[in-house]
Amino acid sequence: MIGTVHYLALSAVLFSIGAVGAVVRRNVIIIFMSIELMLNAANLAFVAGSNSLGSMNGQSIVFFVMTVAAAEAAVGLAVILALFRNRQTVAADEIALLKW
Amino acid sequence: MSPLAFYPLAFVCIASAMGVVLSRNPVRSALSLVASLFCLAVFYVFLQAHLVAALQIIVYAGAVMVLFLFVITLLNLESDRGLGEKPVLSAIGFGAGAIVAGGLIAALSRTSLGARAVTLVPTFGTTKVLARQLFGDYLVAFELTSMLLLVAVVGAVVLAKRDGSYEGDEQEAAVPARSEEASH
Repeated sequence: MIGTVHYLALSAVLFSIGAVGAVVRRNVIIIFMSIELMLNAANLAFVAGSNSLGSMNGQSIVFFVMTVAAAEAAVGLAVILALFRNRQTVAADEIALLKW
Repeated sequence: MSPLAFYPLAFVCIASAMGVVLSRNPVRSALSLVASLFCLAVFYVFLQAHLVAALQIIVYAGAVMVLFLFVITLLNLESDRGLGEKPVLSAIGFGAGAIVAGGLIAALSRTSLGARAVTLVPTFGTTKVLARQLFGDYLVAFELTSMLLLVAVVGAVVLAKRDGSYEGDEQEAAVPARSEEASH
């Protein structure tokens, strides 16, 4: 029988994959997708907890997380567009304006 | 949810999540992410979160991923070198990720969540109950998210605007000034 722990373990694995992607990859767009993956792992943990406690609060919070993620994606992709227009690159290690 | 349904679905979910990180082509990464998000939507259905599952497909797999694909195709990126360039640093990253995953699972396996059997009320997870909560307990937060989305839309438009269009604005602003001079 699949219990809450299984869902939490799946959520932990997905979060770790997202964290690795955000650290390892150079492409800013892929880093962004990894962040979305981490947010979704957190959502899965919220929904599993909500189901296990019989409380709807977890599902409400997932709603807010989705809203914030959508806003973040819109602004972030606009930033990437502006960055690409100015620097002609989306590689995170070539964008080092503050490094001296 | 029976193990026969859970494990294959979890495998597909994790495999497509790995595809996001490992793929060299950004479009392939984005499509892997869509597959992963779809699997999560199926899990939400099994966890009695029907509205969340529908929102997951509409908002994430629909709107957000279309935005990603739009930007990827607009920038016309060639496939980058992926992970191949600095294999030692990548290996360190994956090792750290494995340690994080192991630590999280070890911590979560000792949770008391789910230890006590909770009988869910028949209305659990319905849109009505969720809406009552969103527009009741969380009303202020809900209204603030509408403000957040408004700010995000304005910010996205300002950031994504071409620099050239500012010159256009100046020209437009200059035209009435000249006509004023002409009238004097």
